[in-house]
Amino acid sequence: MTAVDAHKSLIDSPDAAADSAPPPRPERRPLAPYLLSLPALALFAVLLLVPLVMTGLLSLNSFGFYTGIQDVWQLGNYIDIVTDDYFHEIFLRTFRIAVVVTLLCAVLGAPEAYILRRMRSPWRGLCLLIVLGPLLISVVSRTLGWALLFGSTGIINTALMAVGLIATPIEFMYTETGVIIALTHVLVPFMVLSVWASLQRLDPQVENAALSLGAKPFTVLRRVVLPQVVPGILSGSIIVFALAASAFATPAIIGGRRLKVAATLAYDEFLNTLNWPLGAAIAILLLLANIVIIVGCNRLVERRYKQVFE
Amino acid sequence: MPYLVLDRLTKRFGPWVAVDNMSLTVEKGELVSLLGPSGCGKTTTLQMIAGFLDPSAGRVTLDGADLLAKKPNERGLGIVFQSYALFPHMTAAENVAFGLEMRGIPRADRDRMVRDALQLVGLGAFGDRYPRRMSGGQQQRVALARAMVIKPSLLLLDEPLSNLDAKMREEMQIELRRIQRSVGTTMILVTHDQAEAMALSDRVVIMNKGRVEQVAAPQDAYDNPASAFVANFLGRTNLLQGVVRRDGAGRRIDVAGTAWPVAAELPDGPGLLTVRPEKVRFVDGGGVPGLVRARVFQGTQWLFEIRTEAGDLTVIRQHDGQTLPAENEPVMLGWRAEDMRVMAGEA
Repeated sequence: MTAVDAHKSLIDSPDAAADSAPPPRPERRPLAPYLLSLPALALFAVLLLVPLVMTGLLSLNSFGFYTGIQDVWQLGNYIDIVTDDYFHEIFLRTFRIAVVVTLLCAVLGAPEAYILRRMRSPWRGLCLLIVLGPLLISVVSRTLGWALLFGSTGIINTALMAVGLIATPIEFMYTETGVIIALTHVLVPFMVLSVWASLQRLDPQVENAALSLGAKPFTVLRRVVLPQVVPGILSGSIIVFALAASAFATPAIIGGRRLKVAATLAYDEFLNTLNWPLGAAIAILLLLANIVIIVGCNRLVERRYKQVFE
Repeated sequence: MPYLVLDRLTKRFGPWVAVDNMSLTVEKGELVSLLGPSGCGKTTTLQMIAGFLDPSAGRVTLDGADLLAKKPNERGLGIVFQSYALFPHMTAAENVAFGLEMRGIPRADRDRMVRDALQLVGLGAFGDRYPRRMSGGQQQRVALARAMVIKPSLLLLDEPLSNLDAKMREEMQIELRRIQRSVGTTMILVTHDQAEAMALSDRVVIMNKGRVEQVAAPQDAYDNPASAFVANFLGRTNLLQGVVRRDGAGRRIDVAGTAWPVAAELPDGPGLLTVRPEKVRFVDGGGVPGLVRARVFQGTQWLFEIRTEAGDLTVIRQHDGQTLPAENEPVMLGWRAEDMRVMAGEA
């Protein structure tokens, strides 16, 4: 077929088709929704995408103590991190802390939300305010408060020693235990809010139905309420895990220089060592690890409880 | 011996009395409806029987045993909720099996009983479906099967059909009646729909403002309403204002220039005459004069709005070929003395 023939057949074909079926109407795509979301997209691009891409590019540069940042493209920083035990330990510690904090938040926050929902009206509002209280206080002053409680002559240790429960002070400051306690305190409200939201969707009669069928109250919780709030616990866990793994202020104050996590490590590389490319590589790796872990867990739980998520 | 006894049951919420001194006896195998407008206390009564609310006073016994002493999960009652309250994370079969599982029935028996229960409600093929993949009527049937499969000593139904469309509701009414007949479970049905209550029940309990107005078989309550409230709530009725007085022949009530004999014990003074629309006839003379304001053809019957001196009347006549008055035509209305009820008081 020559080019002319092809052209001709293209012109002919609509006529031929017109006899059998009406020509398909061109699909109209309204522009308004795209235009309306443009400002938000621009903000998103300028404030998130551009810095992220720049960090990514920066992480590929190299750094020398006498030469500063070299404008070369290489994977040296990533290779350093992947092969060095020092970095392994810090990343492992970061995710260990994040996992423990997430579990603690789920164990504390889910029952808390359930109890809150069953409270009567004046107490419910009051207790909700107490639960959400930490969010109203600056993270630095709140963490410094924990530092006051945690110190070897702090309130907790003084009290425990006065009662005679311990002979020597427990070390909270500059330990993982201290960081975990402080982070859990900060992050539990996110879990409570998330579980609260999924409890609101629960038909209150469903619990009564289970009771009427002969289930004991604890069985009702385990078999009927819990499976239905799994989506809430999961979304709460994602928020808590992401915030705990990337937390900076709390590990910086409670953990100090001695107990580094990924976020404080990146900070030190940027501001103390001035090795910006390495800091950027740490930040990117933290982001990637976070995404992989969260998406993976999400898939796993969604498959296990797929009927609840439908 | 009565099976379920409610003895002066009362529930107060602060100063508000939701259920006021309610007494009722139900025989084994009976289907009794609690009927009334919203806020009349019917659902509160049901919740107290189920154990989800503690009564402020009174007693409930089932088969001679004190029901209030038991926790809700020990009462062994079947309950069908208005919202169905199915477990959304379980299939229809798992929903039905839940109660059996709680009773520790071995798996093999359980599977057979679940299958039979789903078969009974016509959902034999739907065991593997999750509730949200089912229609309202199907969910309703699963809820019924779940409540029935535990062989409850008493089945409580809280507005079970109110979320269904009219056609489905009628189907379920017949279904429910069939199941009740074949299984013989004692049932308490809460509803605000008088047609539903009359279609399903052996007896209806008509409630208003926390009090029982009347307990009777549906037809009895319809024909002999104990109060103006019952007359008005159960189907359509006409209320005519008149005056009760004594004359030479006995007690009479005067309504728009006509006099009707009434029972001797009514006091003199204002009286209310009630008569059902289908009992009112057009007569040649000696009746209540009126004017046809409107007439509406409804297929099997004609509906007339007639203005009289004593108030507006609704009249229903069968569409059976007889000549009927046209609009704006003066007419005379009459009814048999035994078809009317007279109560002291004013409308």
